Amino acid sequence: MTTPVISAKNLSLTFETNDGPVHALKDVNLDINKGDFVSFIGPSGCGKTTFLRCIADLEAPTGGSITVNGVSPTEARETRAYGYVFQHAGLYPWRTIGRNIRLPLEIMGNDKAEQDKRVAEVLELVDLVGFDKKFPWQLSGGMQQRASIARALAFSADILLMDEPFGALDEIVRDHLNEQLLQLWAKTEKTIGFVTHSIPEAVYLSTKIVVMSPRPGRISDVIDSPLPAERPLEIRDTPEFLEIAQRVRDGLRAGHSYD
Amino acid sequence: MMRNLIPVLTVLIGIVAIWYLAVAPMNIRVSLDQAERAGLQVTPERAVERRDVSSWVLLANNFEHAGAGYSLDRPRLPTPQQVGQELWKTTGAMVMKGRTWSKRSLIYHGWITLRSTFWGFLLGTSIGIALSIAIVYSRVAEMSLMPWAIISQAVPIVALAPMIIVLSSQIGVDGRGFPKALISAYLCFFPVLVGMVKGLRSPQAEQLDLLKTYNATGFETFLKLRLPASVPFLFTSLKVGIAAALVGAIVGELPTGAISGLGARILIGDQFGNPLAIWSALFAAAILAGVLVTLLDRTQAVLLRQMGMRS
Repeated sequence: MTTPVISAKNLSLTFETNDGPVHALKDVNLDINKGDFVSFIGPSGCGKTTFLRCIADLEAPTGGSITVNGVSPTEARETRAYGYVFQHAGLYPWRTIGRNIRLPLEIMGNDKAEQDKRVAEVLELVDLVGFDKKFPWQLSGGMQQRASIARALAFSADILLMDEPFGALDEIVRDHLNEQLLQLWAKTEKTIGFVTHSIPEAVYLSTKIVVMSPRPGRISDVIDSPLPAERPLEIRDTPEFLEIAQRVRDGLRAGHSYD
Repeated sequence: MMRNLIPVLTVLIGIVAIWYLAVAPMNIRVSLDQAERAGLQVTPERAVERRDVSSWVLLANNFEHAGAGYSLDRPRLPTPQQVGQELWKTTGAMVMKGRTWSKRSLIYHGWITLRSTFWGFLLGTSIGIALSIAIVYSRVAEMSLMPWAIISQAVPIVALAPMIIVLSSQIGVDGRGFPKALISAYLCFFPVLVGMVKGLRSPQAEQLDLLKTYNATGFETFLKLRLPASVPFLFTSLKVGIAAALVGAIVGELPTGAISGLGARILIGDQFGNPLAIWSALFAAAILAGVLVTLLDRTQAVLLRQMGMRS
């Protein structure tokens, strides 16, 4: 048996606020294996983003333990174990697309030739060849988000963490990017953690779907997807797909009291 | 272009018109004194009696003398034309006579003031930027520095300026250059400080988190994120700062018996009852401020375009 890439045991995170403690995460147990595409889905406040941020060492858990590549999240971050894609593309407006992608490489001290090579590679990977001299405002929202994915891919981290990266985009662009993301995942064999609000998106992309519920933030269901690795967009109309989507919906409903 | 020109011209014409209209009532007493000396009929006849009558009544009763107010040698309020002539006499005409650096030339005096403004601006901007960095990176620095920075701006600079000059002569600094630059810097550092604190704090949480995921050092975060993000804020502050630095330099020339600089011209014009000298020096200062701000504005536009940012 292989050791999991990310392993959380009884992970809890409580924020102290003026209105008393808020349990963002409570007793979360989850193993993510190498090459998994894991989606975290759930309503606002279920802790899906918080969990991703714990993996990335952007939040410190208050209980339990979590390891990334077998070490603490801090050590993993210090060895640049993951790339992180935020909800907003967050490209620096004063840098061209090429120089935005170059940013992590500059900080990690790659030499100029290596930087050029990596930038060209990832631009090709996200289908933005020829846009490296453009400034972010000259690109559409979808292209900006692709550039931010390229930025996260530029250094060879094995883990890619994505926090609702397509949340602000329209349906058509989103479908297109989802398709591209699957191709990219197949090509790079990375382990991906993906936060989303969208059931079809989660089912379409994932090998493992983690359904979460709020107050306290916890996992209510983990679904291993039986869908094949090869997934054309039309797969979303098959009975298998709809069946998983229904199970996710049930999981969301079970964890959520509407009274 | 035409659509912008019309409102701009309308405002300009309005200002000049109000100014011209104001000249008659403002100068009526001087005009009547002059008419009285020339033996002309004025009501009331004697200056002592006129003292208790308002300018408006005097104007109404002596309307035939109002026109004289537009060509007085020492008017209370000169006409725009008179100011323009005086400005030309002390600048362009001096240059054409080869006396650009004469003590009577506003170019000479403007240069003296500009030099202090420049040093004050340099000093004030450096202090403002240095303090803003300290404040952004240290909570303690913010708590201990920010209140003093705010209080410093509540002290009237005209009250402080003489003390700065006296104190700097006490520590053996001769000449006015240094204290003037100091007064100028005193006014100029604050807008730069406030703007830069805002600018250095302008990156969003996600942008800072991104650099954390790269395990970037604090210095890299400063260099690659905070500093470039603050550039638009910096230039906005610099434009306010340079105008403040100019005011500081002029104030530094006012109370000190200075004999050169635009501030000195204003003071001397006042002491010798020469309003034309005051007004032309004021306009020279305003024009200088306009030129300096425009220069910074152009620099900002070019720099931001090069940085790919739309201003």
